[in-house]
Amino acid sequence: MFQKIWEEHLVTETESSSILYIDRHLIHEVTSPQAFESLRLSGRKVRRPDATIATMDHNVSTQTRDLNSIDPLSVLQMKTLMKNCEENGIKLYDWNHPDQGIVHVIAPELGMTHPGMTIVCGDSHTSTHGAFGALAFGIGTSEVEHVLATQTLVQQKPKTMEIRIVGDKLPFGVTAKDIILYIIGKIGTDGATGYVIEYTGDVIHSLSMEGRMTICNMSIEAGARAGFISPDEITFNYLKGREFAPKGEYWDKAVAKWKTYVTDVGASYDKVVTLDVKEIAPMVTWGTSPGQVTTVTSNVPDPAEFSNPIDKKSAENALKYMDLKPGMKMTDIKVNKVFIGSCTNSRIEDLREAAKVVKGKKVSSSVSAIVVPGSGRVKRQAEEEGLHEIFLSAGFEWRNPGCSMCLAMNDDVLSPGDRCASTSNRNFEGRQGKGGRTHLVSPAMAAAAAIEGRFVDIRSWNL
Amino acid sequence: MKAFTTLDGIVALLDRANVDTDQIIPKQFLRKIERSGFGVHLFHDWRYLDDAGTQPNPDFELNKPRYKGATILLTRDNFGCGSSREHAPWALEDYGFRCIIAPSFADIFYNNCFKNGMLPIKLKSNEVDELFQYVEQTEGARLFIDLQAQEVRSKNKIYNFDIDPFRKDCLYKGLDDIGLTLLHEAKITEFEKHQKENLPWLYQKV
Repeated sequence: MFQKIWEEHLVTETESSSILYIDRHLIHEVTSPQAFESLRLSGRKVRRPDATIATMDHNVSTQTRDLNSIDPLSVLQMKTLMKNCEENGIKLYDWNHPDQGIVHVIAPELGMTHPGMTIVCGDSHTSTHGAFGALAFGIGTSEVEHVLATQTLVQQKPKTMEIRIVGDKLPFGVTAKDIILYIIGKIGTDGATGYVIEYTGDVIHSLSMEGRMTICNMSIEAGARAGFISPDEITFNYLKGREFAPKGEYWDKAVAKWKTYVTDVGASYDKVVTLDVKEIAPMVTWGTSPGQVTTVTSNVPDPAEFSNPIDKKSAENALKYMDLKPGMKMTDIKVNKVFIGSCTNSRIEDLREAAKVVKGKKVSSSVSAIVVPGSGRVKRQAEEEGLHEIFLSAGFEWRNPGCSMCLAMNDDVLSPGDRCASTSNRNFEGRQGKGGRTHLVSPAMAAAAAIEGRFVDIRSWNL
Repeated sequence: MKAFTTLDGIVALLDRANVDTDQIIPKQFLRKIERSGFGVHLFHDWRYLDDAGTQPNPDFELNKPRYKGATILLTRDNFGCGSSREHAPWALEDYGFRCIIAPSFADIFYNNCFKNGMLPIKLKSNEVDELFQYVEQTEGARLFIDLQAQEVRSKNKIYNFDIDPFRKDCLYKGLDDIGLTLLHEAKITEFEKHQKENLPWLYQKV
C-alpha cells in the first residue's frame, strides 16, 4: 500500500531522490510564519491554497478567547497566521471559529483526510492521518515553504516496517494508547527511524478511527517517518457525509479508489515485527522518553539491570529527573495533575472512556485535573452527550480546544515538581513545564489516577 | 541555502542519547515569527540555572570553558528526536554549530539540518566512542570535516561517512532547493492535470 501511494504521487525521480506531490497541506501558527515570510521575500506564491488549511492550536488559550488576556507573542503568531491566510486565500479555523481545534483532530473530523492521500504539516504528529491509509508525515518550516511554493517535497524513499499485532481482540481494559506505548517500549524510540510503519492484524482493524489515530499519532515516538493502517469499511463509514468528504457521484468513485489501498496479502516489508496482543496491559511511562514504559502492575525498573551502558545512563538520568526509586510499584506513584487532551487522546471516544471512569466519583483533593477537547466539534458532541457534566461534577475543569498541556506553549503548564498523568504523547524533561514530571497513559488510566491521586490498574476499576 | 564545504573546528561533547528537540529549544522560545535569535536559548533548561537565562549552569557540558567557540557537536544516538520544530537547527546554528556527529539522528531533524547549511554526520557507534575518547583526552580537540571527500579527520585518524548524493550536492553548492524543484514545474502542472481528471474531488476547495 505504501508503495502504491508513493508511486501515485511521484512527479519525477532521480537516482537518489524523488519529487512527491502533496495532496493536503495543514498549517498552524507556530511553524508557518517564517515559511510565509521567506516565500514573500523570494516573490513566490502559494501554489494550491485550495489544498491548504490552517488552524490555531499550539498556543491558543483553553480558558479565554480574549486576546488581550494572553501573551502578546502568541497573539502576534496568531495574527500573523491570520494575515498570511487572508493574503493567500487559505481557509483558516481561527480562535473564534466554532470548528477550531488541534490540526490532527479537525482535519479528519471535517473529512479532509482521505485514504491514499499524501498529507504534510509542520508538526511531527502528522503521522496521525495515517489512520486513514494516507501517507502523512511531519516536516520542518523550510519544507512548509517548499510545499507552499511547489505543492511537492523532495524525498528519499523510506523503508517499510510491518508491525503485526496478533490475536483476536484487545484484553479487557487495554486501549489503543496501551498498544502504541507497548510497541514503543518494545522497539525503542528510534526503533523505526528511516521506516514507515504499517500496523496490521485483526485487532488493529477492529479499532475505531479514533483508536487508529491514537496509534498512528505516536509512530513518530518510535522514530518512524509515518505510520498507517490500510483503509476498510470502518474508515469509509467514518468519512461518509463529513463536510469535505467526496459527495454524490464522487463518493462512489472515491470509495472504489480507496479500496485499492487495501494491503495485498503477502505484501513484503523491509522489516517485520510481530507482537502478541495478550502481552499488552495498561501501560504507564516511568521515564523521560516514551520508550521508558511498563505495565501498571510492574515496578519502576532498576537501571543496574540494563545491559547497554547508554540505556543504563538514560534510565539513571530519567529516574533522577522523575524522582522515582527503582523497585517502587507503579501503583504507588502519586500524581497531583491530570491532563486529558492532545492530538493523541482528545477525541470523542477518548472523552467517553474517561467519563465512564469518572462518573459519580470525585477528583482526589490532592489533584487538579483538566479535560481539553481536541476541537470545537468534539466539545459540542461531548456536551450533547452530557460528558462535560460528569467531568465538572467530579471536579475536572472543562476547557476550550487546543494543544494545551501536551507541549505547554500556552498557560497550561506544570510547575517544577508537579507530577502529571497525561494522555499526551511525550514525557520528555520539561515538555509540560520546566521541572514537571509526565507519565503517559490512556484516557481511562488518567481519569482513574485523577480520582485516586495515584496510578491504578484500570482493569480492577469498579465501573 | 548556506553552502558547506569544509570545516575545521573545536568539538564539544554532549554525552546523552535521545536528545529531543524540546531540550534543544524549549517551547517557551517558539513564539517568534523570525528565524534568528534562537542561539541564546539553545538547551535553555540544561544550560541555565534560572528561567531568565542569566545564570549559566556550570555542570552543563557546553558551559565548560574548553568547549568555547565549538562548531562541531559530538553526541549519541537518536539526536533531535521528537517535535519537528526547525527552531532546533536554527538554535544550534545560531549558537555556532555547523556540524553534528552522532551514530543516528531522528529523521525530521536530520532533514531540517540540511535546509540550514548544517551537516549532520552519521558515524558508527564504535567510531563515535573513539572520537569521544579522543576529544576527552585532547585539550582543545579539533576535527576537520570535508564534505566533498565525505571525511571526518582527527589528528590520528580519518573516518568516512555516507550521505545521500542529492543532499550533498545541494549543501555543497548552497543551492535553493525550491528553485531546483521549480525547474520541474511543467511536470508538476502535468501531474496536477492528470490527477484532476482522475480524482476531481481533490480539487474541490477546502
